Amino acid sequence: MLIDWFTVGAQALNFLILVWLMRRFLYQPILHAIDQREQRIAAELAAADAQKAEALQIRAEFEHKKNELDQQRAALLQQAVETAQAEAQRLSEAARQAADALRVQRLQTLRNEVHNLNLEISRGMQREIFAIARKTLADLADTALEERLAAVFTRRLAEMPAPDRQGFAEALKMTKEPALLRCAFDLPPEQRATLQNALNESFAADIAIRFETAPDLIGGIELSANGWKLAWNMADYLESLENQLGELIKQPSQPETPAAGEPETAAEPSPSGAAE
Amino acid sequence: MHLSSDQIIFWQLGFIKVNGTLVFTWALMLAMTVGVKLITRRLSYDLQRARWQNLLEILVTAIEQQIKEVGVAEPRKYLGFLGTLFLFIALANLCTVIPGYEPPTGSLSTTAALALCVFVAVPLFGIQEQGLGGYLKSYIEPTLIMLPFNIISEFSRTLALAIRLFGNMMSGTMIIGILLTITPFIFPIAMTLLGLLTGMVQAYIFSILAAVYLAAATQTNKP
Repeated sequence: MLIDWFTVGAQALNFLILVWLMRRFLYQPILHAIDQREQRIAAELAAADAQKAEALQIRAEFEHKKNELDQQRAALLQQAVETAQAEAQRLSEAARQAADALRVQRLQTLRNEVHNLNLEISRGMQREIFAIARKTLADLADTALEERLAAVFTRRLAEMPAPDRQGFAEALKMTKEPALLRCAFDLPPEQRATLQNALNESFAADIAIRFETAPDLIGGIELSANGWKLAWNMADYLESLENQLGELIKQPSQPETPAAGEPETAAEPSPSGAAE
Repeated sequence: MHLSSDQIIFWQLGFIKVNGTLVFTWALMLAMTVGVKLITRRLSYDLQRARWQNLLEILVTAIEQQIKEVGVAEPRKYLGFLGTLFLFIALANLCTVIPGYEPPTGSLSTTAALALCVFVAVPLFGIQEQGLGGYLKSYIEPTLIMLPFNIISEFSRTLALAIRLFGNMMSGTMIIGILLTITPFIFPIAMTLLGLLTGMVQAYIFSILAAVYLAAATQTNKP
């Protein structure tokens, strides 16, 4: 008999015991260890995934910030360039204006200098002309310039048109202040007396006169009272002379023939006056 | 010379006897339990682990994978039964290289006991999984006509399980025994190597067939 039924039962029991033993000592501990390890690996992988996700998020944030910074930098740069350009334009404009102002100022200064020079020349000429006139008069007619001036003024007074004379007379009457007689130089007492007499005779009244020396009259004499004025001076002569000299300076190449007879012409006593 | 280790009687009291089959089985059980206990005494849960633990993990996961491939839905549930079946038969067969050792699987009593265990366990697991009605219904699938054939198949496959393993192991032992008397030196060694291969193949076949029966019985036809 190949089958022993007691052995069959015992072996079945042995097998069941072995199954229990193996479950107890082999499968459960080993499977538990494997599960633990797998859980641990899964946890580590999850942590790694989380870290990766976090890193990616941080990277995205960083890139976003970097882009923002780039844009800000570009904007600031653009702004700085625009500001610099505007500043450069402003400075250029200011410099141009300053240069213009300086140019105008220099022009003005030049004009002033020219004017002063002209004035100086006029005065010099005036002095020279008076000196010449005085000397000429003294040599030829044995008379003083002041005397001739007073004479000329007296003549002008006498030749004054009637309406003007009347107006002047009324003005002299109405004012209480003395009439002002200005002359380019100090008049000697004789001339003053002559002029006083001439005025008294001309206006048929005792005219109060206040004498005053005014060098700017250019060798002239002027009577003013209450808005009326009677004057004679050499300004016209001088102006004519200046013009002719100016023409000479402007045309240096022209022959100087026209200037030959000028002194006589200029020295001619053709007085001009104005009464207002 | 004896045909089976059952015939080696160490102690007998009437019906009860301690024969070679039982003794070698106990020895194997002891060796397996002690060995496993020694290895799993200090298990490591880290990535670093001992070689023996690694070996056991490979064995257990391989068996689990094999059961899963057969079609069992929850391999861990049946790992204890099917895995122990394989490990016991494989170790019993491998130990034939030890001189004086008689494999318990060369005894028809052992193989019949194992086949009976499968014969009982398969319906039990099937009922546990599908319920009694569901399991019994599988006998009349696909039609009622198949009921006798299914019942015959149930018995015949159990018988086949027992006889196949017994026949292979017994024949291997017998061949080596006979060859030892004829050509004592080289040829028995070659046959022993062949016997080892046959033993492993038989262990695999026995447990895989048991797994297939289990898979068929525990199939719940769920979508």
